[in-house]
Formats: sequence, structure tokens, C-alpha cells
Amino acid sequence: MEMIHLKINGIPVEVPAGSTVLEAAKAANVDIPTLCYLKDVNCIGACRICVVEITGARGLVAACTHPAAEGMEVFTNTPKVRKSRKTTLELLLSNHKKKCLSCVRANNCELQKLSVAYGADEDRFMPEEMNKPIDDSSPFLVRDNNKCIQCMRCVAACKNVQSVSVIGNIRRGFNVHVGSAFDAPLASTACVGCGQCIVSCPVGALTEKSSEKKVWDAIADPEKKVIFFTAPSIRATLGEEFGNPVGTNVEGKMVAAIRRLGPDQVFNMDVTADLTIVEEANELIERITTGGTLPMFTSCCPGWVKFCEHFYPDFLPHLSSCKSPQQMFGAVLKSYYAQKNNIDPKNLFVVSVIPCTAKKFEVTREEQREGDFDDVDVALTTRELGRMIREAGIDFNSLPDEQFDDPFETASGAGAIFGATGGVMEAALRTAAVKLDGKCEPLEFTEVRGTKGIKEATYTVGGVTVKVAVASGLANAREIVEGIIKGEKDYQFVEIMACPGGCINGGGQPVQSDSVRNFVDLKTLRAKALYDADSSMKLRMSHESPVMDMLYKEFFEKPGAHKAHEYLHTTYVPRGKYQD
Amino acid sequence: MTIASYAVGAHQGYVYVRAEYPVAVHRLQIALDQAREYGLLGKNILGKGHDFDIEIRLGAGAFVCGEETALLTSIEGNRGEPRPRPPFPAVKGLFGKPTLLNNVETYANIAQIIRKGAAWYSAMGTEKSKGTKVFALGGKITNVGLVEIPMGTTLREIIEEIGGGIPEGKAFKAAQTGGPSGGCIPAQHIDTPIDYESLAALGSMMGSGGLIVMDEDNCMVDVSKFYLNFTVDESCGKCTPCRVGTRKLLQLLEKITDGKGEMEDLEKIQDLATHMKSSSLCALGQSAPNPVLSTLQYFGDEYLAHIKDKKCPAGVCKNLLQYEIVADKCKGCTLCARNCPAGAITGTVKNPHVIDTDKCIKCGVCMSNCKFGAIIKK
Amino acid sequence: MTEKTVIPFQGTPEQEAQLKEVIAKHHDQPGGLMPTLQEAQGIYGYLPIEVQKMIADGLGVSLSEVFGVATFYSQFSLTPKGKHRISVCLGTACYVKGSDKILEAVEAKLGIKSGECTADGMFSIDSCRCVGACGLAPVMLVDEDVYGKLKPDQVAKILDSYK
Repeated sequence: MEMIHLKINGIPVEVPAGSTVLEAAKAANVDIPTLCYLKDVNCIGACRICVVEITGARGLVAACTHPAAEGMEVFTNTPKVRKSRKTTLELLLSNHKKKCLSCVRANNCELQKLSVAYGADEDRFMPEEMNKPIDDSSPFLVRDNNKCIQCMRCVAACKNVQSVSVIGNIRRGFNVHVGSAFDAPLASTACVGCGQCIVSCPVGALTEKSSEKKVWDAIADPEKKVIFFTAPSIRATLGEEFGNPVGTNVEGKMVAAIRRLGPDQVFNMDVTADLTIVEEANELIERITTGGTLPMFTSCCPGWVKFCEHFYPDFLPHLSSCKSPQQMFGAVLKSYYAQKNNIDPKNLFVVSVIPCTAKKFEVTREEQREGDFDDVDVALTTRELGRMIREAGIDFNSLPDEQFDDPFETASGAGAIFGATGGVMEAALRTAAVKLDGKCEPLEFTEVRGTKGIKEATYTVGGVTVKVAVASGLANAREIVEGIIKGEKDYQFVEIMACPGGCINGGGQPVQSDSVRNFVDLKTLRAKALYDADSSMKLRMSHESPVMDMLYKEFFEKPGAHKAHEYLHTTYVPRGKYQD
Repeated sequence: MTIASYAVGAHQGYVYVRAEYPVAVHRLQIALDQAREYGLLGKNILGKGHDFDIEIRLGAGAFVCGEETALLTSIEGNRGEPRPRPPFPAVKGLFGKPTLLNNVETYANIAQIIRKGAAWYSAMGTEKSKGTKVFALGGKITNVGLVEIPMGTTLREIIEEIGGGIPEGKAFKAAQTGGPSGGCIPAQHIDTPIDYESLAALGSMMGSGGLIVMDEDNCMVDVSKFYLNFTVDESCGKCTPCRVGTRKLLQLLEKITDGKGEMEDLEKIQDLATHMKSSSLCALGQSAPNPVLSTLQYFGDEYLAHIKDKKCPAGVCKNLLQYEIVADKCKGCTLCARNCPAGAITGTVKNPHVIDTDKCIKCGVCMSNCKFGAIIKK
Repeated sequence: MTEKTVIPFQGTPEQEAQLKEVIAKHHDQPGGLMPTLQEAQGIYGYLPIEVQKMIADGLGVSLSEVFGVATFYSQFSLTPKGKHRISVCLGTACYVKGSDKILEAVEAKLGIKSGECTADGMFSIDSCRCVGACGLAPVMLVDEDVYGKLKPDQVAKILDSYK
């Protein structure tokens, strides 16, 4: 690897050839501020915040795109550079909706942070109120273009990372804006709700559709029994909302905090992750042994399911008929739990806490309703939970560790790793191995771990060869599906997560500042918390959980039984690319 | 282009033509077809073993696509947004391949230079600007059209001899070169030789060779506003300094020509101009402030008149004009009052009439109707 | 700003066949989206959503990408043009010779603004930036006819000649 030598603010530094000035500066411990740069997603040199002076160059150059060169002399903080950044910020502020106090990104907004640092005067350049229309048509998110700074990170995420491409730049010059074709509302497009656009946005232009009020109202309603349950990856990320280092497992405090919001019960969604595995492993073995549709694809990711419905409706028979853990929990609560505890299901208000925005659509799916009511009433993102905890004045970091409520407290490590890409696959393989082979040794399937976009492996279990693939990020999902359609790929079982890295990097997760996420591997650190939890648990396999025994003995009979099918399985809806 | 392709080993060329020139496109297509017939394009040209062909690609109404990286992005089928450089097109250009990109005028010179020799070409022009340049001469000038002149010809020669002088005996005020990216050359510099360096030294540029002559009836603040209107329309919107900066510059100029200008607006204009020149992604943003800076430099008094006195000396900016009837010239014929669309003129027959400036919409109909020259603009 | 076509799409099967041919011609051409849009506008006179969807599906690009390109360039129109297309040049040489007054005269005569179409579909007005006839400044085009060295009071007679 060829190394080159240059100076950043007089500091000598050595970096691999091909590095940018931005990367070279970081190597010299010099932070250059950025706005439109997002590592591996967007590098276009548009915002002009990262401008620097380079000896011999004409004008100021953008550090994020400019290649570092041997002998280069870079100056990142001269008066000319600082004046330029300040003016750029003032120009952005001149037509930015400045309602910072009520904006959900207050204190976590890149524009606000930089403007404060540079003392930008928001009124310097004839501020205008743009009054652009707000798009809140979809159940997942709200786009407010009055806050958009045209960084294009959302478009890059949707087009390049997710290959969904339902948003793009429209018109040019000052009238340029991001939206869907013909400025149609997002709900009328093939948007899958993955929320990668939200977590790419440096400001408050994109936020999830808030369900907080509904939850507060239900908690305050004496008639309602409010039940919260939390997805596996929340324990690994909620702490970031309160200043904890990335990858801190805050399960105990998470339960304590939710309890103090006032619901009646706090349950562990890892339980229905286990339930999903039991049902799905059963379904997989059945398909393999009786010539069912293969490969079978996981169906716990609602972003992937919607993607399949829009872009590959012919592929729907490949999806497992299992509902997602969230939806299974809702079904279990409104049937088994309600009956057992003599509660009228219409008085149950079920709230899931999930790392996901696509699940805000999943809860509205008509095919998944139980009679008159939805399985789950509200899907709340990690960020929304963080806001509710702050609003309630709870000091998260000083809470004691508490445990989930009975009977939905105990789950296996296999359930916990659902949040990482490859986790569902590994959990399913553990249970399938025991079913086919009577044992599973070793318990770790390391070939499907890690943040690589597509992972493949072949396992032989009880004489059965199972070729598997794991993909995260929808562009990778598309590659796998296209490969199967062309006959180039041959698998029995495929796990798809819409979000790169899996749910730990979901559209509902805390948004880290650019200075962290452009240089820190969030996916690996957050996933590690889950794998560490798994390896420290007594129960490592889904079917071992006593809660499984309870559910099947008392209600569902056995995996794949008629009652299990009625409540725990679903069908899918072929949708076109264009929703007219 | 074929010679250039041979020099660098390229096999595919493209000509990017503005769609507003359908005649040029049609003729170019004929020329390309004829060249192929003669074996000057295609496989094994002139039996020398070199393959080269040319495709026409049309623009679709975007000035920014004259910027080289935007042009390449447009040929690639995208929105014509410029790309950061480096990497330069010669390293990573069209479809990611090393690309040689030049103006038609540059390529057109190649054949002559090779045929008649470099010494012949260098004999024309100045030390640093060799050969000839084509200009589009227009505006307040008797002879309009395309002129090809040796570099170093003075502006005076172009205006007085080649251009035939300013019509109606009006006074020469300024010549704008380089279009919306350029600046103006005022009357005191009329003896400037036209070449790359001299124009740059005066705060202007050669650009695409536009040379627009202006006279005493042009308001230089209005002229820079016209150019900013153009750049606001043509900005691609990708980078902050240009997308927002051009709009803010235009708003400041509108403020000034509307009679609402303040002295600190000039400071803001200067700051914006410096910022856009140093920090814009491409030359459109970097050069957008040039007309303003240039007119401020040479016609600063005009700006001050607009701001301090709320007056437009050239009589162009409507909001700063007042139409007035000169009492001792007015015969009271009532023609103006009868034609005024706003009913702003009062007066009785054979008596001097008066314009109510609050009602006046400054359309000028009264002045063009008056047979006695009794109505003036001030 | 929403671009809504008020006039319903009236594409014919012949036009669709032509469009399919154009798409096939440019399908494998690098950067083929631009020439496809240009030729599609030649067939239909404008680029409504129906046409853009056919192009998106035919070329295998997303509709938002097609729309992004169609709205970037001034020449592409999302709304139908009139039977006679008027274009007034607002380039520097023409502007300095008063082409803005020509545009005002056209707008006043037809009762619509630049970018709009008359209710009877006869005329639409646009402005353009330099058609390269600076020697004839100020210039107005009606379809393929070029009118140069124009004065505002000549506009009415010229437009009437197209009725």
C-alpha cells in the first residue's frame, strides 16, 4: 500500500494514497466540519462547509472530495476559511425554518451545531419564510423542505444504498427541492418506509411520524391497559440518547425508564423473536422436506416485505408466512394474554418500541388484524422513546436496573441477536440444527456474522445441506433476488434486513453526529452489545425458552398448528411500483 | 477533433450542441454524414488504422452545461450538475474515462495551425494570446454580428471602425465582455487591447466572446441586475454559495433599483461576491458576481445615486423615475391626460397640466404622446 | 411547487409505438435518457407523467430520476404547448435592444404570462436565452419563423397572422 506524506496545519501526517484531504486531516487529529458528507453514502462536495486552503490552489477547495497528494500543505482554519464557512452557514440559515426550540433535532442538528460554533448571524442575508408544503402523507415519516439544506444525503441513501429511488432532486437553482416524481405525496410511491433517509438527514427536514401523543393519551386513560414491549436492539442503542458510549447495553435502565412512564406492563419482544424462530424453523424444514417454495426468505423486516411487494410481487411465495416478532406479540397479547387475564382486548393498548420506521406501516396492515383491532396499536421508535423519557424528566443514567414483567420476560440469546444482520439466520439455524440433528455444536455461526452487505455460507445439518445467504441494505437484497431470478444463485434460506447492518442501524435508531459516524463503526459496536448479551445468557436457543412451552401448551398447540397459523402467520399484498 | 483523437488515442467523440441552434445541428449532421462518406470518420480513417467517430448530443436549455464537468454529466444522461475537480476530465471524465474536452472554436483552429504552421498562427495576436478570436458584437452599435479579429485589437477599433460607432450620436458608456461571467470595460479604458490578460486585469474576461456595447441610456445597476437574473435562473442549485448567493445578490440589487437600498447593502454585496468567488463549486458561481463587482468598480457613483439620492441617472429604473411636465413648455393640449391609463394627469385646456406622482405608473405613454417635448423623466 | 397537467393526456397508440421505438433505440446507449426525453417531447409536444413512466420502465431507471432530469432543463415541458409556440429571446444582445418590452407586448396581446398556454390551446409563450441571431436583436420566434429587429407595436399584427 503506497503511503503519501503531507502537512495539515503544519502537522506532518502519513496516509494511504487515495485518501482525501478530510481523511488525512482526521489522521492528524484535525477535525474539519462537514455537512453534506456521509461516509459510504454521499461525497459530492456540495455544501462547501469543509472548504480548506491548499498552497498553490485557486480559491478554497472541499476537503471531502479533494484527493490528498504528496507534499501538499493544507490549512483548515485560516481567517479566510472561517469567514467562508460562516457565510455559507448564514446563507443556509437565510431560508431555513428557524423553529429550533420545537424541532426534534434541537441539540442534535448539524446545522445548529456549526452555526453556534461559527457565530453565524441568521438574519444577515434578508431571511425569507419559504412556506414550502410539508409532506406528512405516509405513516412512516414527515418531510419538511423548509428545513432542507440540499445536502442530498437522503437521495443518495434511497437511490444507492437502498435501490428504492422514490425521491430525487426536482427543478434547479434556488427552486431546487427534494421530493417524489411530480411532487406526489410519499404515500403514493413505492417508499418502503425503511427510514434510512431520516437517519441520513443532518437536520430536522426528515423525522418519523410521531406517535408520542397517542401513547401519552393511552397512559393517562384509566380505561386502557397499556403494554410496552421492546425490540432486541433497543437495549444496545437507547443509551446513546442519554450520552452513553455507542454499544452500551442498557437493558435494565431501559425497563426502569419505561416503567416510570406509567404503562401497566413492560414486556420483552425477544420472547416473540424466539416464537418467530420456532415457527419459522418449522416452516423451513417443512419446505425443504416436502418440496415447498425455496429459497425461503425471512419476513420479519417490514421494509423488506414492502420492497418485495412493490418490486418483486412474483417473489412473495418465497417469503416465510410468519409474522414479525412485533406483530406476533400483538396477536399473542390480544388473544392468549387477554383471554387468560380476562381483559377485553379493546381496552388493551399495545406499544412496541422498535428501531424501525417501516413498522409504523406494519401496524396498519389489514391482513394482520385480529377481528376488529390491530395486533399492535403504536410502533414507537427508539428516538421517540428517548424524547418521552426526557419529557417525563426521568434521569436515565441514574436509574436502577430493573427486569421485564412476567410472563414475557425470559428469552434466549438467539432472540437477542435478531437486531444484527445475520442474527435471525443464526437463531433459526440453531433451532433447525437441534430439530434435525438433536444438537447444535458449536452454537455460533460466525460465517453469517459481520457487517458485510452480502454473506453466504453452506451448512450440513442432520444430513440436510442448507445453503444460506444474508443481506442487509436493499440494494444487496435486490442483487440476491436478481441472482436467483437469473438462475445464477441457489439457496435454501435467505435473511434480508432492509437497513445496512440490520436493525441496530435502523431508521428509528438514535442519530449520531457526523463527527462520530463518519469515523466510528456504529454497526459493529452496536451489534457487539447484542452478541455479548447472547454469549452471556443461560438460554442460547429459541426453542429452549420456557415461555415457548407455556404458549404452545396453553394456546397454540404446536408450531404450524391451525391456531398458530391463524394468529401467527399472514399473507402479503402484491403492489405495483406506482400507487395511483 | 479527428486529429485530436489521433493524438490521444481516443475512438469516440461527442459534440454537445445547444438545442436552441437547430440549424447548426442540422448542418453538423450533414457534415458528419459527409465525413463518413469520405472515410474521414469511422473505421481505419485514411487507411492509417485509426478508428474514430462522433455523436451529436443536444443540450436542453441549461447554461451551466457549458461548464465542462456539467457538460459531461449531461451527456451521461443526468441533471447537468458540475462535479468537483480533481479528478480532472483528462484523468476521469466522460463515463469515468480520460477525456479531452475543448470548445468548437479551439478544435476549429487545429487544422489551420497544422496546415500553415505554428509560426503562422503565433504571428497573429499578442505575446500571451496568440491568433484570432471571434466576437459576437451587439447592443448599442451600428454594425451587429460576428467579427473575427487578431488578438490585441483595441476596443476603440472594434467599436468605432468595425462596429461603425454608437447609433443616434449617443455617448459610449461601457462594453460588457464574457457575458454573465464577465465584467464591463468603461469609456476611460476604450484603448485597451482585447486579449485574455488585459481583460482579466480590468476585472472582466474573454468568456465565449460576447461583446455588448452600452451607451448613456443604459443603467449599469440595471445591467448587473439583468445578469444576476440570468445566473439565478441558470444556477444548478447544487452548492450553497451559488444557489443561495445568487438569489441574495439579486435581492440586494432589486432593493437598490427599487429605491430601498442602504449603504450596508454594498458591504453585503462585497461579502457575498468574495464568498461566491472563493467557495463556489464551479465557474458559474465563481464568476456570477463579476458583473456586479465590475460595475461597482467603474460606476460606483451610479450605485450611490440609487442608494443615497434614490435616483437613476440613466433614467431606466422605474421606481426611481418621476415623469414631470415642464410648465412653460406645456400648451395644455390635454393629449397626455386623455391617454394616461392611470388618470394621473390633471389640467384644463390651454393651461399647464400636472402629473400626480402617487398615481403615475411610469408607463411613459404621456411622454411618447407629447408633441411639444414638455414631459421629461428625472 | 406542483406541476399539474390540467389538460388530460391524449396520447395515441401510434405515438406510443413511436415512443417504444425511441426507447429501444436508446436503451443501451450510455446517457440515453437525455436523447430519449428530447425525442419523446418531439412526439408528444410535452412530457406528462404517462410518458415519463413509459420511459422509466422502458429504460430501467426510476421515475424520480426521469423527473429530476426533465425538470432540470428549461426545454423540457411538463405541460402541453400551444399550436403555435412563441419564444422571445432574452439574451444579452436582445435585452439591451429592449426584448423585455417585446415579451410584455406578447403577454398583453394574448392575456397570458411566459410559461403559459392560451385557453384555446392556440398559443404558448416562453422565453429563451440566445438563439444566436444577435445581429437581428431583438428576436422573437413563432414556431420555426424568426422575427428580428422587432418593435413592440409590430407584435399584434404578427400574432394575428397565425390565427
